[in-house]
Amino acid sequence: MYEFAYHRPASVAEAAKLLAADPEAKLISGGMSLIPVLKQRLARPSALIDLGAIPDLVGISVTATTVTVKGRTTHAAVAASAEVRQAIPALAELASHIGDAQVRNRGTIGGSIAHHDPTADYPAAVLALGATVNTSRRSIAADDFFTGLFATALEPDEIVTAVDFPIPEKAAYVKFPNPASRYAMVGVFVAKGPMGVRVAVTGAGANGVFRHAAMEEALAKSWSPEALEGITTPAEHLNTDIHASREYRAHLIGVMAKRAVAKAG
Amino acid sequence: MPKVSLTVNGKPVSVEVENRTLLVEMLREQLRLTGTHVGCDTSQCGACVVHVNGASVKSCTILAVQCEGAEVLTIEGLAAPDGTLHPMQEAFREYHALQCGFCTPGMVMSAIDLVQRNPQGLSDREIREGLEGNLCRCTGYHNIVRAIAAAQVVMHGKAKELPRAAE
Ligand SMILES: Cc1cc2nc3c(=O)[nH]c(=O)nc-3n(C[C@H](O)[C@H](O)[C@H](O)COP(=O)(O)OP(=O)(O)OC[C@H]3O[C@@H](n4cnc5c(N)ncnc54)[C@H](O)[C@@H]3O)c2cc1C
Ligand code: FES
Ligand code: FES
Repeated sequence: MYEFAYHRPASVAEAAKLLAADPEAKLISGGMSLIPVLKQRLARPSALIDLGAIPDLVGISVTATTVTVKGRTTHAAVAASAEVRQAIPALAELASHIGDAQVRNRGTIGGSIAHHDPTADYPAAVLALGATVNTSRRSIAADDFFTGLFATALEPDEIVTAVDFPIPEKAAYVKFPNPASRYAMVGVFVAKGPMGVRVAVTGAGANGVFRHAAMEEALAKSWSPEALEGITTPAEHLNTDIHASREYRAHLIGVMAKRAVAKAG
Repeated sequence: MPKVSLTVNGKPVSVEVENRTLLVEMLREQLRLTGTHVGCDTSQCGACVVHVNGASVKSCTILAVQCEGAEVLTIEGLAAPDGTLHPMQEAFREYHALQCGFCTPGMVMSAIDLVQRNPQGLSDREIREGLEGNLCRCTGYHNIVRAIAAAQVVMHGKAKELPRAAE
């Protein structure tokens, strides 16, 4: 790791101020993506601003219509939350299969979506459930949030404070995990609810998570795995790497989507 | 140099570190607690697992400065002062759950957290899934799973003595 300064602010406002004052500084939340990047010297921030001492950024609350997960809430806390399990079981289940127990004890929802790794799980839930991402200065609709590979609509000095998930009627997430890393080789989140019928695909897109319009249309007409029969995904905008070719990923999208609809019931 | 104050195995310590010092580096190189191992550079092997504020974490993927005020427990802190082993350590011995021993400190620390979080008890399958973050290159995991299954009985107070391994 290169050297950096370290700040441990006690409030979001103080963190935002530190961040705005130094364009080369970076936030650190769970560190589960950032520290491996720093260890490989793939980034050289001047300073790390640790969100770890801001109690306001941790917690889950559930109303009749919405599950709100604050930005620094760990994957383990979401997975273990009885309230989330009741309101959106697919979300708790997704969180319970991120990486491994130790990654889940540190990694956070804010870090995961801000990082927008193309193989991360949470972006699929955020997009398929039509969530709203709240930041230190505004609210961003899921459809506007993920803008490309490792890219989001966040300004350099903007902090994710919470994610609001509308509670769906039905939802499920199925991923084909990379057997070594557990990241999604392909993951499909399907949801039917106040935001309509939505299908989000992670792990496959060369530009990160995306919605699958053809599948959404078919499922809006008939919510069943059979409705997806014959729907294919053009391979040209998909990832290809040592783990899977783009054609194989295109095929997996169909298989995971059908399983997800079956699981959602 | 920045100074970090924390509790390690029940003792308050204050250590001068660089901001970029990893918790595992501080433990091994400065506090000489070399029971915690480093097996990879990619946050994947789990040889470095310790507890921070009661949760198992990979000490190679957390900065020492992030542990300001925290309670850290390492493999050295498990046995009683008179040398009596923790039930999980005893179970690893009884069930021959280690060969070279390199992965063992991390396995034991992960296993204790796993058992503590699941007072209802774990099936063998759940134990295997719970060990996703710990790699062992020797044992094939089988005896590790048996050891954890035995230790949970004692840790949950369902038996006083560790069930003995079959001869
Ligand atoms: C072995 C291993 C396996 C993993 N497997 C999976 C997996 O299967 N699925 C999966 O989805 N992920 C996986 N991950 C990644 C993990 O989920 C990370 O926790 C997550 O991607 C990042 O969250 P974090 O809190 O650790 O963020 P950090 O690493 O602290 O930060 C990541 C990035 O987000 C920025 N950031 C952090 N918090 C905020 C915020 N509140 N507002 C704005 N920007 C912010 C940081 O500046 C940084 O650029 C794995 C990681 C490891 C090490
Ligand atoms: S040394 Fe391999 S996970 Fe920490
Ligand atoms: S006993 Fe050798 S790596 Fe596990």
